[in-house]
Amino acid sequence: MTRSFTAALALAFLAALLVFDLATTPPNPYQAPALLAFGSGSIASGGFCGALPN
Amino acid sequence: MSQTATQGAAGAAPAGAMPQRAGLILGALVVVALVALFAGARYGLLLAIGLGFGIALEGMRFGFAGPWRAMILRREPSGVLAQLLSIALVAVVAIPLLSSHAGELIGAQAPIGFAMIGGAFVFGACMQIVLGCGSGTLVNAGSGNPVSLLALPFFALGSFAGAWNLIWWTDLGALPILTLSGGAGLGVTLVLLALAAAIFLWRAAPGTVKLSRRHAIAAVLLALLAIGNLLVAGQPWGVVYGLGLWAAKGYAALGGDLSASAFWAAPGSMERVQSSVLTDYTSLTDIGIILGAFGVAAWRRGALASKLPSYPARAWVATIVAGFLLGYSSRLAFGCNVGAFFSGISTGSLHGWVWFVAAFAGAFLGIRLRPLLGLEART
Repeated sequence: MTRSFTAALALAFLAALLVFDLATTPPNPYQAPALLAFGSGSIASGGFCGALPN
Repeated sequence: MSQTATQGAAGAAPAGAMPQRAGLILGALVVVALVALFAGARYGLLLAIGLGFGIALEGMRFGFAGPWRAMILRREPSGVLAQLLSIALVAVVAIPLLSSHAGELIGAQAPIGFAMIGGAFVFGACMQIVLGCGSGTLVNAGSGNPVSLLALPFFALGSFAGAWNLIWWTDLGALPILTLSGGAGLGVTLVLLALAAAIFLWRAAPGTVKLSRRHAIAAVLLALLAIGNLLVAGQPWGVVYGLGLWAAKGYAALGGDLSASAFWAAPGSMERVQSSVLTDYTSLTDIGIILGAFGVAAWRRGALASKLPSYPARAWVATIVAGFLLGYSSRLAFGCNVGAFFSGISTGSLHGWVWFVAAFAGAFLGIRLRPLLGLEART
């Protein structure tokens, strides 16, 4: 068995994640933020591993 | 990186490889365009940045666990020096911007505490056991490394579980968030980075006191991408939050009750669980890293044709346990080598420095454990 198999499994894992995600919580492009946070005037609100919940 | 692999990557492609490589480029552009179209332009751009991270890390054979191992085992400082250089380059841009655009841009700033220090130590040990850190596990999984591929889902589960218990662990004792900000903060950060580099150079083996060209290029590429991440997302490059979010979404889909966790029940967390991962910044860069690493591996002649290594059963068990602990500990430590070490220090958070010391100490333990757990491949 070669790395082609395991790399394909990694892609299949991602594909399954995205199919599940799109089926349960599809994104809405009409609610998308500005292209750049820098200069947008909006408060940053993304999830981050260093942040405690507010 | 092996010389053969380098030449294979840089050399002229055989005729049969050209359509495949064109397909890889086209595929990447299509995926980015689809995300931009159906989720939003910012999200497409974040995915492109994630692809860049994956391409840079795998393409330059650069990472975090490997250079630490090289420094500890062979006293070769080049990779660690490149990490410090990259952090310094980001800090020069990020720390002033965080002061001038407070709120719009946020740093990877978190409190120092008992659980944070313990978490960093465990993470440092585990990243040497599986030879894959936060970003490294994604890169390695994308390029077909079976150890990282197995560790990845358990990393995600660990990240979810660590976040679940995060408040309890943090309540064991933590300082307020301490940051180095403004011009003085940048100056102190750069002096500390120079001091760290001086210590590694002092400990280096004779003849190894240099920063290799490959590592220098990787450092600059990572810095540019990390600055891009900050400007586009408004927050620094991170890894483990996204992995925990994937597990949280799965848990909720299976009927699990997230309201039992103070972390996942918080309004911000709930909102992200109920939104697409294509609108979560760390998820997008995580996905991009896996895809980018896959693209580089597929681009290289013969990289995906190499035979999988053979490990004893205890190595696979150790991989599962270490993968889970990587996720769990990195949540207690407020980040992994990316979110805490790279992004924490480069955005002025003192917890990044404490993370670095604790994780580096843990790496000594992990390096000793790796062969005992059967993770040195038989062939």
